[in-house]
Amino acid sequence: MIGTLDSRIPSGPLAQKWATHKDHARLVSPNNRRKFQVIVVGSGLAGGAAAATLGELGYNVKCFCYQDSPRRAHSIAAQGGINAAKNYQNDGDSVFRLFYDTIKGGDFRSREANVYRLAEVSNLIIDHCVEQGVPFAREYGGLLANRSFGGAQVSRTFYARGQTGQQLLLGAYQALCRQIAAGTVAMFPQTEMLDLVLVDGHAKGIITRSLVTGKIAAHAADAVVLATGGYGNVFYLSTNARGCNVTATYRAYKKGALFANPCFTQIHPTCIPVSGQNQSKLTLMSESLRNDGRVWVPKKAGDKRSPKQIPEEERDYYLERKYPSFGNLAPRDISSRAAKEVCDEGRGVGESGRGVYLDFADAINRVGEQTIRERYGNLFHIYEKITGENAYERPMRIYPAVHYTMGGLWVDYNLMSNIPGLHVIGEANFSDHGANRLGASALMQGLADGYFVLPYTLPVYLAGQIGKRPPTDHQEFCKAEDEVRARTTKLLSINGSRSVDSFHRELGFLLWDKCGMARNTRGLREALTWIPEMREQFWRDVRVPGIGKEFNQSLERAGRVADFLEFAELMCIDALTRDESCGGHFREEHQTPDGEALRDDEHFADVFAWEYQGNGSIAAPKLHREPLVFETVELTQRSYK
Amino acid sequence: MIVAVTGVVLIAFVVGHLLGNLQIFLGPDWVNSYAEHLRALGPLLWAIRAFLLVSVLLHIFYTISLAIENRRARPVQYERKDNVKATFASRYMAMSGLIVLAFILYHLAHFTVRVTDPRFLLLKADPLNRYDVYSMMVYGFQNIFVSAFYIIGMFLLALHLSHGTSSFFQSLGLNDKKLTPRLALAGRIFAWLIFVGYTSIPIAVLFHLVKPAQEL
Amino acid sequence: MKFKLKVWRQKTATAPGKLVEYQAKDVSPNTSFLEMLDVVNEGLVAQGKEPIAFDSDCREGICGTCSLTINGEAHGPDHPGAACEVYMRRFKDGETIVVEPFRAKPFPLIKDLVVDRSALDRIVQAGGFIAARAGSAPEANSILVPKHEADRSMEAAACIGCGACAAACPNASAMLFTAAKVSHLAFLPQGQPERTTRVLKMVTAMDAEGFGNCTNTYECEAVCPASISASLIAKLNREYAIASLKRRAGE
Ligand SMILES: Cc1cc2nc3c(=O)[nH]c(=O)nc-3n(C[C@H](O)[C@H](O)[C@H](O)COP(=O)(O)OP(=O)(O)OC[C@H]3O[C@@H](n4cnc5c(N)ncnc54)[C@H](O)[C@@H]3O)c2cc1C
Ligand code: HEM
Ligand code: SF4
Ligand code: FES
Repeated sequence: MIGTLDSRIPSGPLAQKWATHKDHARLVSPNNRRKFQVIVVGSGLAGGAAAATLGELGYNVKCFCYQDSPRRAHSIAAQGGINAAKNYQNDGDSVFRLFYDTIKGGDFRSREANVYRLAEVSNLIIDHCVEQGVPFAREYGGLLANRSFGGAQVSRTFYARGQTGQQLLLGAYQALCRQIAAGTVAMFPQTEMLDLVLVDGHAKGIITRSLVTGKIAAHAADAVVLATGGYGNVFYLSTNARGCNVTATYRAYKKGALFANPCFTQIHPTCIPVSGQNQSKLTLMSESLRNDGRVWVPKKAGDKRSPKQIPEEERDYYLERKYPSFGNLAPRDISSRAAKEVCDEGRGVGESGRGVYLDFADAINRVGEQTIRERYGNLFHIYEKITGENAYERPMRIYPAVHYTMGGLWVDYNLMSNIPGLHVIGEANFSDHGANRLGASALMQGLADGYFVLPYTLPVYLAGQIGKRPPTDHQEFCKAEDEVRARTTKLLSINGSRSVDSFHRELGFLLWDKCGMARNTRGLREALTWIPEMREQFWRDVRVPGIGKEFNQSLERAGRVADFLEFAELMCIDALTRDESCGGHFREEHQTPDGEALRDDEHFADVFAWEYQGNGSIAAPKLHREPLVFETVELTQRSYK
Repeated sequence: MIVAVTGVVLIAFVVGHLLGNLQIFLGPDWVNSYAEHLRALGPLLWAIRAFLLVSVLLHIFYTISLAIENRRARPVQYERKDNVKATFASRYMAMSGLIVLAFILYHLAHFTVRVTDPRFLLLKADPLNRYDVYSMMVYGFQNIFVSAFYIIGMFLLALHLSHGTSSFFQSLGLNDKKLTPRLALAGRIFAWLIFVGYTSIPIAVLFHLVKPAQEL
Repeated sequence: MKFKLKVWRQKTATAPGKLVEYQAKDVSPNTSFLEMLDVVNEGLVAQGKEPIAFDSDCREGICGTCSLTINGEAHGPDHPGAACEVYMRRFKDGETIVVEPFRAKPFPLIKDLVVDRSALDRIVQAGGFIAARAGSAPEANSILVPKHEADRSMEAAACIGCGACAAACPNASAMLFTAAKVSHLAFLPQGQPERTTRVLKMVTAMDAEGFGNCTNTYECEAVCPASISASLIAKLNREYAIASLKRRAGE
């Protein structure tokens, strides 16, 4: 069905591609824009920015989110910061360097052209957000302040206390509110997308369920934009919000959109360790803490002394030891794996033995407690709330946790999937971070896509679509609506014995074990036999109380978990097929003698894009490969030593 | 806004009135001449009275309508509601205000219109042929019930003002983060000083520290 | 630890509601309050009963979704912090805990402990923004903002839009929320052009939603998870007064 994947990367030198593309891209004139209806699913940085900007341009936009307000999208939780190549610190930064760091950080598994464009527009984002009133941190002279982040040797990260994501999202949300008031954007909060509708092979609408009234409805449009975030919650415990899900992108996948690199997930090194059985989510401690905190474990295995009693010479500052030039700021995948390694050696700290120290004593001696309080006060506060420990006095305990998903729906240079009309932006697409994302670059990507890329590339599709919007009583809509209804009824009627959460937890622990920080053939194969069984059990034995025509949180979750149960299989297949290590995808079979990820560029310098064929082993998904062409950078073994 | 402005006017009156009243400790001559001066103002006095009256009416009208709006803003009450910071005084402003109103009415009837105590009519003019306000006050307060009601009224007024005095700064946007706690404290001290000031009079009378200037 | 819970159950907006008793047993002190409710819900589902509906998303105190009144205090006993940041170690073993929704007329109840807070969105829609078109901004460092002003703006901008201020206010007033947004933008040079109209429109919208009036009890500040200072309400009053005068002077 699908031929070779055309990424539509413009020709010409890397640095000119975007400019040339914009110069020649098709446009939609102002008086035609209002004839178009665009659906944006998601109101996070990507969706919020896109909906607001498209509204500003004069399109009619419908924007959906599952939260009760667009301001609550999970982008709100990002703490650390956002990158841009401003070079305000005069420390040698440039668009090229940001581009290069991102490509290298992604372990050479992303597209040059997309990443270069991202680095190019990064500066516009900062200008725009400042203008919107985002209160970025400033220096005494009134200039914008920067800090450094993992994987970079320059200070290029802009931040607003420990609440950068919140402030950027509020900027987008306020812009969105302005458009809502102006009538260009119609907002549908607490409305979940449950299916994508294709008419003649083009994405022309969606089916939604109101989470308040349970009403199932059809929405038609000239183009659909998915900005539904990441699927980290497939692991049950992650730093994502409870509601984050794969449903929107997975339904699109089932309708024929290709899912790219689903196994590329990021494990963040600095989270608060799991404590106890009933934990429902993991909390991130921003990576910026690694600017001032030093990571260590005792040298001796099983050393249960309290941290203060362990003398300096019996501590192993393992990141500084192994990666002298990056030290505590080594990239995420590397730091996470290093933590797992020392814990596997029995040197982990805390009750569970799954934790390492992040120690601020030196920094406090150097710059004083007050300065540390100013920099990270709210993080220390969160830490104390959760653990009951004071990190000014006692080192924090941290451990890696699932945090971000680089994989997502496949898109071309225009951010359009293989389904015409279906555009995918933000964390929901696969495009810019390869096999590992550098800190402070997801916010950058979401906003780049929403404010500065999609508004230029969407018209490329729309220009040819005047008057082609189908009515919502078109048979494709009716069919999709019926399917959604049938599925809801099915979930409610099983009336088995197990709760939705129990399945989710079981699936999550399995994945964490088999498809988490380290993966191997045997484990993945095991997972692949388990998952279909779990799924079968779910559809036989889940209990979803209540009815469909009302506010019903069990039903919401059941639908999401049902999708995770299918999607998990796709992830494991991808992880198994990618028989190399790269970035966050660490196959134990492929490592250098000192335990680093060993890529196989000859066979795997490709994007893996999967096409749906049906569930289970009977109809394995079909693999399409998009070769990654590197014209500018040279593929090297990533080294942060 | 109007509540705050009229509140300030009333506070100013309360302070002025207190200073006037406290002259009782200086002897009959002071008080009586003060009262005489006031009366001598003639139309001006009426203007001031009218101004105060309008202030009181506006204050009451707006506070009551606000209070009604505020009740409507929460149609279903909490089964359990704990207050973390809101003081008793701040939560019962309308209550304390209304009782103060009742008090003011009685107070006016008592000392200004003098309908409640027939003895006041028997009072002779003082040596300088002025109405003997001094003795009127003393006789008035010798009645334990009058004094008690007066003290209760003043207590509620103080309660009202312990919140109101700092509150109006906030309402008029005249404070900031640093000032707020200081104003709150100052407001409370102010209110209770007013209380002490006003109640000192009936207490002094009851304890016979101040005696009437003439026998009835 | 174990607890007796009294939880507000109400099937729909119009159905009558009441407090219903539940037991929570074997709760670890390191469990969060919401996780404790999760466990109670698992138990209810196992018995074939409907679980307690309550809102949450980020579960780390930033999204503003969670909205519980615990023992008569909005967001529970651990101020400043959202309900999702309350841990069971804050309670006494065996304690009876009353759990109610946020109550205010502009927050109509949806189910059990879930309320509709879209009124807050509408206040922002009325003017809580800076009209900045994508692509038309000047170079970011071309307008300097003194650190002090940027910090003050950030303090105000930290509001998570949870509505606890209105829920806790004896008058169900949303002044703290509105003050936070007005102040955030008024402290910045970029916020100046719309400063006058913004405050007038937002206050009008706030009143139209049916929130009560501020009588300066400072209950809002006490429960605010983002530590928004009630002195911003004074600032709001000031901004409003000046804006009204300007409007009247025909500016
Ligand atoms: C704790 C944490 C900290 C982070 N810190 C940083 C950082 O410091 N720097 C950085 O660059 N990145 C950071 N990230 C990553 C970054 O925040 C996210 O990748 C990014 O915000 C994602 O934005 P988004 O717009 O793509 O998706 P989201 O913000 O997740 O938004 C998704 C939207 O889609 C809606 N939605 C989802 N499913 C459906 C559906 N089925 N129907 C309808 N609507 C739906 C949701 O309601 C929501 O509005 C962090 C992430 C986490 C979890
Ligand atoms: C006569 C009956 C009175 C009633 C019913 C009444 C009622 C109220 C109420 C309900 C408030 C709260 C509104 C708010 O805080 O904004 C209030 C505030 C106030 N009252 Fe009164 N009051 C009365 C008399 C007085 C008197 C006699 C004084 C002065 C001496 C006074 C001074 C104030 C002040 C200063 C405030 C604070 C204003 C503000 O912050 O906005 N009141 N009153
Ligand atoms: S001001 Fe505080 S309490 Fe009110 S909505 Fe904002 S964060 Fe919540
Ligand atoms: S759930 Fe996000 S603030 Fe509590």
